[in-house]
Amino acid sequence: MSALKSVVRLLAVPALLVAVWWTATEGSTDYFWPPLRTIVGTFDDTWFHGRLTSDVLPSLLRLVAGYLLALVLGIGAGVAIGSSRTLRAVLEPVLEFFRAIPPPVLVPILMLFAGIGDGMKILVIVTGCVWPVLLNTVEGVRALDEVLRDTARSYRLRRGSRLVHLVLPGASPQIAAGARQALSVGIILMVISEMFAASEGVGFTIIQFQRTFAIPQMWTGVILLGVIGVALSALFHLAEARVLRWYTGLRRAQREG
Amino acid sequence: MTMTTADTGTMLEVRHLKKVFQGRGRTVEAVGDLTFKVKAGELVCVVGPSGAGKTTLLKCVAGLLDSTSGEVLLEGRAVTGPPPGMAVVFQEYGRSLFPWMTVRQNIELPLKEKKVPKAERQRLVREALAAVGLSDAADAHPWQLSGGMQQRVAIARAVAYEPHILLMDEPFAAVDAQTRAELEDLVRSLWKRLGVTVLFITHDIDESVYLAERVIVLSSSPTEVLADVAIDLPAERDQLGTRSLPRFAELRAEVYRLVQQAKDGERPSTIGKVAR
Amino acid sequence: MTGRRNGPAPAWLLGGLGLAGLIVLGELVPRSGLVERRYLPPVSSMLSALADQAAAGEFWQALGETLRGWAIGLAIAMVAGVVLGVVIGWVPLLQAALNSTIEFLRPIPSVALIPLAVLLYGTEPRSTLLLVVYASFWQVLVQVLYGVRDVDPVARDTARSYRFRLLTAARTVIWPTALPYVMTGFRLGAAVALILEITGELVIGSPGLGRQIAVAQNSNAVSAMYALIIVVGLIGVAVNVVARAVERRALRWHPSIRTEAAV
Repeated sequence: MSALKSVVRLLAVPALLVAVWWTATEGSTDYFWPPLRTIVGTFDDTWFHGRLTSDVLPSLLRLVAGYLLALVLGIGAGVAIGSSRTLRAVLEPVLEFFRAIPPPVLVPILMLFAGIGDGMKILVIVTGCVWPVLLNTVEGVRALDEVLRDTARSYRLRRGSRLVHLVLPGASPQIAAGARQALSVGIILMVISEMFAASEGVGFTIIQFQRTFAIPQMWTGVILLGVIGVALSALFHLAEARVLRWYTGLRRAQREG
Repeated sequence: MTMTTADTGTMLEVRHLKKVFQGRGRTVEAVGDLTFKVKAGELVCVVGPSGAGKTTLLKCVAGLLDSTSGEVLLEGRAVTGPPPGMAVVFQEYGRSLFPWMTVRQNIELPLKEKKVPKAERQRLVREALAAVGLSDAADAHPWQLSGGMQQRVAIARAVAYEPHILLMDEPFAAVDAQTRAELEDLVRSLWKRLGVTVLFITHDIDESVYLAERVIVLSSSPTEVLADVAIDLPAERDQLGTRSLPRFAELRAEVYRLVQQAKDGERPSTIGKVAR
Repeated sequence: MTGRRNGPAPAWLLGGLGLAGLIVLGELVPRSGLVERRYLPPVSSMLSALADQAAAGEFWQALGETLRGWAIGLAIAMVAGVVLGVVIGWVPLLQAALNSTIEFLRPIPSVALIPLAVLLYGTEPRSTLLLVVYASFWQVLVQVLYGVRDVDPVARDTARSYRFRLLTAARTVIWPTALPYVMTGFRLGAAVALILEITGELVIGSPGLGRQIAVAQNSNAVSAMYALIIVVGLIGVAVNVVARAVERRALRWHPSIRTEAAV
């Protein structure tokens, strides 16, 4: 019964919040705050008759493409920079600067280079997501355990297998922390890049609703974005728990030890 | 697994080894001038007061650290990086095993790297685990095991690697007394069975006398060899019997006296004068 | 600690070299025609555009508006995050009930609120403020919750058994333990607040540097756009450096040595 209990615990307050929203807006005539009943009623009409494939899917595909590309680039560059003390020292202020630039301001720059197509939007996501991954990877590689490094060297592990068996798994908890930050940045950029210039996509559609004062539809869009955020973060947690099972076990053992 | 060295059966030779660390604005001479030899198949313990540069010595011998001057020869060849045919067991067992791998994968990885064929690899892993008494733990992760068991895994990994020389850096400093005694007997029995050369670094005088055929006593930093004591105890040793032998007590007292002298800053030159 | 004969070059020198290299590259690449100048003007023309900007009052006004929005938003998020974090973290029932809710609400992207903010407040600063507060609030709240959870159970039970009022407990038991976490929350929240402040200005058009960037973009003033982005980046660096310094300062006396909590 504990599974049921935890489900109840998980959903009790969110359900309560929804109920409060529902009753508070019931019979609302405020133009900006339509009854939740109306919003839910429009949801199906708004999204499930074409927009799912014409708007939501392209947005998500761009997000996935940009995010994966950023992971590859960030981890690759992060391993290279993290492995060299000199390179790290040379690049630290430069990286510090690029990290501090709020990612959305990249949109106007990248529009110059890549126009307003899919390429630009994916590029925006890549350039925004790459920093947290890169910086965390550098940190993770730098902090690799000295003894573990010596062990790998004394058993004469070659460069390639040192990367696969030592560096990447050793840095993986940090890389995961960076990837988690990058995911929320990615979602933001997915939406922002479409708010600037687009003819399709979730972000574009929601702004269209807002501009045309299709208020209940706009609300469904806000809710949909929330659901996408929650769902992606849940997916990420699942993947992370799988990859880092050894790490959670290790941490627990250390705490109890 | 016995060695056939060209010269007089010398496995390891350390000649005038010197290691100076250069920090910002200050230099530390960790190892001053070390010279000693280890014959093939010997079990030699190195003891010295804490801060005597024992770990630095081990890292230089293991090729993990470049020496400032002097040289280390393993089987007649100069050591410039980690040489083949050598395995190291570190003190920090918790940090020398890959936590993301199972016990089996930990032992197998160096063998894969050596391109040992799969069937052979599996045999070596099985035998090594049996030798350290951990046959049931092959699929566990290291952190699921106790400290003593983790160190057994590290030893199994070293054994499966079939090294000509096994370096051990205070391997039992962080386990409890009971486990420690068991592990000491394990090292003795593996050494006798496999005929591998062992260089065992410790700060524990009892341990060095109990384990070794020869004990090298280091001076305090900058390190030199203060004395080289032959341990003429019977080859068959056990924790109770051997440790209650009068000869054990004598040897222990001698090594103890030497380590005390080392702590007092005694150097080989002054010892010589005292002896004369 | 590989004892090199002549010690490695100091980090600041290498870092300076890196920055100099970036500037030289930024000057030469557009000049060589490798990248078109109307996409990436040379650094020198960005700098002269920056000088033009600095001469105009508009720039300074925008800078002030950005900083004000950032500071107000961060302050609100800090107060709300700390107060709610302490209350939720201290009362077991609340914590049990709300932990999952927080995990549930946190991933809702702040940009989802943009249309709502525009609808409610138009291009007033308040609409951007809403985004800033929302996004940085979660950063602070989560860190404060970690901090309260970290309070020594014995101290916690002692406070409970003597029936300390919440305020007393907060002052004597919770605050000292949670302070490092609050500071981490401050650092993370400060960075996020700046991102959302600029984003809001850029997308919604509320006053500030973000809007100036949008204006420069629309009027094809590419050098000015780059100059403004550099300024924004430098503000970001300053925010990070100051927040880290504040964090370190607050922690200097603190006995707890801990690795950074996961974000």
